[in-house]
Amino acid sequence: MQAITVEGLERAFGDVLAVQGIDLTVAEGEIYGFLGPNGAGKTTTVRMLTTLLLPTGGRAGVAGHDVVAEARQVRASIGVALQEAALDPLMTGRELIRLQATLQGLPPAAGRERADSLLERVDLTGAADRRVGTYSGGMKRRLDLAAALVHEPSVLFLDEPTTGLDPVSRKTIWEEVRALNEDGTTVFLTTQYLEEADQLADNVGIIDRGRIVAEGTPESLKDEIGDPHVELLLAEGSVAEAERVCAEIGRLLPPKDGKRVLVEVENGAADIPRVVRALDEAGIGVESLELVRPTLDDVFVDKTGHHLEKEESEDGGEEPVPA
Amino acid sequence: MVGALGARSIRQTFRRPQLLAPIVVFPTLLLAIQTGGAGASIELPGFPPVHSFLQFMLAGSMMQSMMLAGNSGGIAFAVDIEMGFTDRLFAAPIPRFAIVLGRLAGTAALGLFAALWFLAIGLVFGTPIEGGVPGALLAMALVTASALAVGGIGAAIALRTGSASVVQGLFPLVLVVLFLSSAFFPLELMIEPAKTIAEYNPLSFIVEGVRGPIISGIDATQTLEAVAAIAGVVALGLVLSARALRHRLRVG
Repeated sequence: MQAITVEGLERAFGDVLAVQGIDLTVAEGEIYGFLGPNGAGKTTTVRMLTTLLLPTGGRAGVAGHDVVAEARQVRASIGVALQEAALDPLMTGRELIRLQATLQGLPPAAGRERADSLLERVDLTGAADRRVGTYSGGMKRRLDLAAALVHEPSVLFLDEPTTGLDPVSRKTIWEEVRALNEDGTTVFLTTQYLEEADQLADNVGIIDRGRIVAEGTPESLKDEIGDPHVELLLAEGSVAEAERVCAEIGRLLPPKDGKRVLVEVENGAADIPRVVRALDEAGIGVESLELVRPTLDDVFVDKTGHHLEKEESEDGGEEPVPA
Repeated sequence: MVGALGARSIRQTFRRPQLLAPIVVFPTLLLAIQTGGAGASIELPGFPPVHSFLQFMLAGSMMQSMMLAGNSGGIAFAVDIEMGFTDRLFAAPIPRFAIVLGRLAGTAALGLFAALWFLAIGLVFGTPIEGGVPGALLAMALVTASALAVGGIGAAIALRTGSASVVQGLFPLVLVVLFLSSAFFPLELMIEPAKTIAEYNPLSFIVEGVRGPIISGIDATQTLEAVAAIAGVVALGLVLSARALRHRLRVG
């Protein structure tokens, strides 16, 4: 059985079509990465799938139940950790998990036991009786995740679970997501971080301006793009002139920041000497040169004509996660 | 689960002093000022026969506290919406109106607390409750039910606007409604047009229903009128809350 099925799902806000008829399926036990920039429609899609927002068109099913006609059954099957950790700063961590257990229908004794076990799992036992308002961002995310797991859902929705977290906290969340998936939980994960989708997802759907522009495994999507590209940082000479020279060797890619030249090279590393020679003959100095294999950002560029990473750097960028 | 949500909303109020203060501190101060400053008004011809101005004012103070509890409950609900906590509740497999009822249960509990607080003040300062224990219990029940009713309107505004500042901005309106009722002054001694407005103000019926057992004993007609007024406000609050909830779920 498919854990999530979406057919022509649509959501309009007045004249604005935030989600424009998307189709996707997520198999049971899969981690599905829903990748896209801010404003692409990721959160709107998640809110529809978690019954927090009614679709204005199409249909969707989660854990075998229609999100509109059988909303309550959907809610009984899913765990949700939204983009903003929905935590009451005046509650303690333990109170929050116990309340969540009550809302999920667990009897009081079972709820207490489950709260203790989940707090231990996310390493919050020591802080369990402190108010959530005193927690760090990473602690709040871990608590939010624990609350989403209180009833052992078959499908877990994580909306940008590591946005704003430091690299160490992000890695902790990734490890927890992998562990949950190994236990059989299907995970629908939205993210604007390429590395997160690449590292975690079995399948990736790329959404831009309300439409899914690509879908597949990270590797198959990158293979589709094909050739690697050379990224040049110029020491001297004009970017325009460098682009003219490189266009004779390979296909130019959209610029990232106005300082670098990106050119696709059919033969990979073998084409680098050609590029260097051509630039040297044109009197253009190169400060650094890197051969870059296709990334999900390249997939995004190929499908949409603009970078996902450029929009990330405008938002403050993605910090690398320690190995 | 309504109980669990109600317990949370009570805990929230006691942990957030800015929500509790208007329910207890402000009405108590106003009671002290009015009792101290206007106590001689009970000598005015036409003033209902009372033991003291404090005895007359207890019901008004309870109503003030109750109205502010409803407003505070609305503010707290709006804060929950603003910080996304209601999404956690809406994503749970519970009847969604239970979320509103949980909030109202908390507000009703605060209403009961207000009734107990002011009855205790009255007793400490030697004010008799003419209706005895049954009268005190009736007053408490009416105040608690009123808090539930007013809380419904606060919840509706919170759900509709999702803004704590909008709900908080209604605080002056609460005072206007109170002063245009018999909460702080007898209807018989009010001048027009305030008198006519107060006569038709549902809050006046509720105030008289609470005041009666304190100053003169239980009166069936007065009690029924109070219950009918409360029922009307409850119905209005529930209808508005239900519509506002549907709107919020539609627009996310």
